[in-house]
Amino acid sequence: MDTLVARYSRPAAHQNETFGADQDEDLFNDMAPTLSLKFAMPPVAQPSAWLRAATDDRSNPACPIKIAHGTTTLAFRFQGGIIVATDSRATAGNWIASQTVKKVIEINNCLLGTMAGGAADCQYWLAWLGMQCRLHELRHKRRISVAAASKILANLVYQYKGMGLSMGTMCAGVTKEEGPALYYIDSDGTRLPGNLFCVGSGQTFAYGVLDAEYRYDLTEEEALALGSRSILAATHRDAYSGGFINLYHVKEDGWVKHGFSDTNPIFWKTKLEKGEFTNVTSQFERIER
Amino acid sequence: MAMFSQNPVLNGPNYSFAEVPRDRVDGLREHRFNPYTDNGGSTLAITGADFAIVAGDTRLTSGYSINTRYAPKVFKIGGTNSNQSDATLLLSVVGYAADGEALKERLDAVCKMYRYRHNKPMSVNACAKRLSTILYQKRFFPYYVHAILAGLDEEGKGAVYSYDPVGSYEREQCRAAGAAASLIMPFLDNQVNFKNQYQPGSGEGHALAEREKAPLPREEVEILVKDAFDSAVERHIEVGDGLQMMIITSSGIEEKLLPLKKD
Repeated sequence: MDTLVARYSRPAAHQNETFGADQDEDLFNDMAPTLSLKFAMPPVAQPSAWLRAATDDRSNPACPIKIAHGTTTLAFRFQGGIIVATDSRATAGNWIASQTVKKVIEINNCLLGTMAGGAADCQYWLAWLGMQCRLHELRHKRRISVAAASKILANLVYQYKGMGLSMGTMCAGVTKEEGPALYYIDSDGTRLPGNLFCVGSGQTFAYGVLDAEYRYDLTEEEALALGSRSILAATHRDAYSGGFINLYHVKEDGWVKHGFSDTNPIFWKTKLEKGEFTNVTSQFERIER
Repeated sequence: MAMFSQNPVLNGPNYSFAEVPRDRVDGLREHRFNPYTDNGGSTLAITGADFAIVAGDTRLTSGYSINTRYAPKVFKIGGTNSNQSDATLLLSVVGYAADGEALKERLDAVCKMYRYRHNKPMSVNACAKRLSTILYQKRFFPYYVHAILAGLDEEGKGAVYSYDPVGSYEREQCRAAGAAASLIMPFLDNQVNFKNQYQPGSGEGHALAEREKAPLPREEVEILVKDAFDSAVERHIEVGDGLQMMIITSSGIEEKLLPLKKD
């Protein structure tokens, strides 16, 4: 109501500014939520086809605008809560745009989201989801369930289906009603509850390690090590993954961060102390055939 | 400007559109909406303990022609007057100059309104989030720009935020963007974040100890910036002419203009 009043009771002097209608909105009406759902559209008949030609480097490698993409992420449920782990590399085409991306997005102090696909899409919509979750708390005087939160996001991305959003995200949280709960949501509109998910170009490598060692009754220590080891495997074999391992543990009383650690020393430590990665030698030598 | 700038002999009739609709053999005419031009150039930003430096070259190109040798890419944001003498933030934009200009104007207007309403300048982290949403509002018709925002955070430390064209952002120690980003960024990784630098005599293989990370002093950073651009000019055709450097400290924003090679 207030936003409606604000919108239509603007002083006459402001009525004919030379800003576009959308811009007018954020200059004179900052009472309205800034994370509004109004997007500028290209003046063409098929906006999504145009957008694909301009920004999708898989369908058009010569596209002018390269959007940063995120890569290997995983989350799994176990007796002690949920482990969430990601790498930290963002690529735009073959260029490594960043090695320090925070792909675990803290929606609030007990809900986490992960980022795979378009970095901006994930950042923006998970921040928007955080806003919706807070509004839910204020309206209903209790915290939102993970099921409800994930469905808000799934419904939102479904509205934009076919428009070019690209996100593969997992929502992890622990609530009193649900216990530890994990959902996978992607930009096609898929929403799946589950025990264990890996998402991104390195998902297969992460699944390989995770599936082999996963049990529901893992101890906390084992679970953290497994999360970290699965990401390490993905960064080793997937060129689009790398950088740092970002580790989180979601418990009943909120999430705990377990570091943002460089993969390179972890790789050598794993090789040296566990005797894994025997395929790799510390010396660079010719392979004799 | 862009309309007449490309070499007519090479490119035929000169629109800012790369491809002009023309008759095909079968008599059909294909029309395309191509609203972007890459105006080249490069920008870079580095933070220190109590300052941030944002720099950009001043060449503006389209295709192989140089349209001007002085088109600034670094702007003061959120001042109260037209010369921005009391601004507290810096924005650099590289990519399509018209989109960059539009984005700058828009962010500046938002910061001015904030200052007018709240009677204080916008903090750099607030402005960073706002810039992200401004970029994302055009998710389906993006600004063709790589933006970098810099200022001093609430503790007085230098802060740099870098963006992709649709608004994903991250706070960093340093960032290069634009045409020569791939030439400058690896240099910065090594010289600012000390990537692949180890303590001399710490051993070999697993015993190697990384060089301790420490913020650089201002004089050193200024030299680094100049060196980065001089090197980029040597190997990239779209970079050159002039180097515009803006330094933000607790006592305000200082601007320096240095010459770069003009060939």
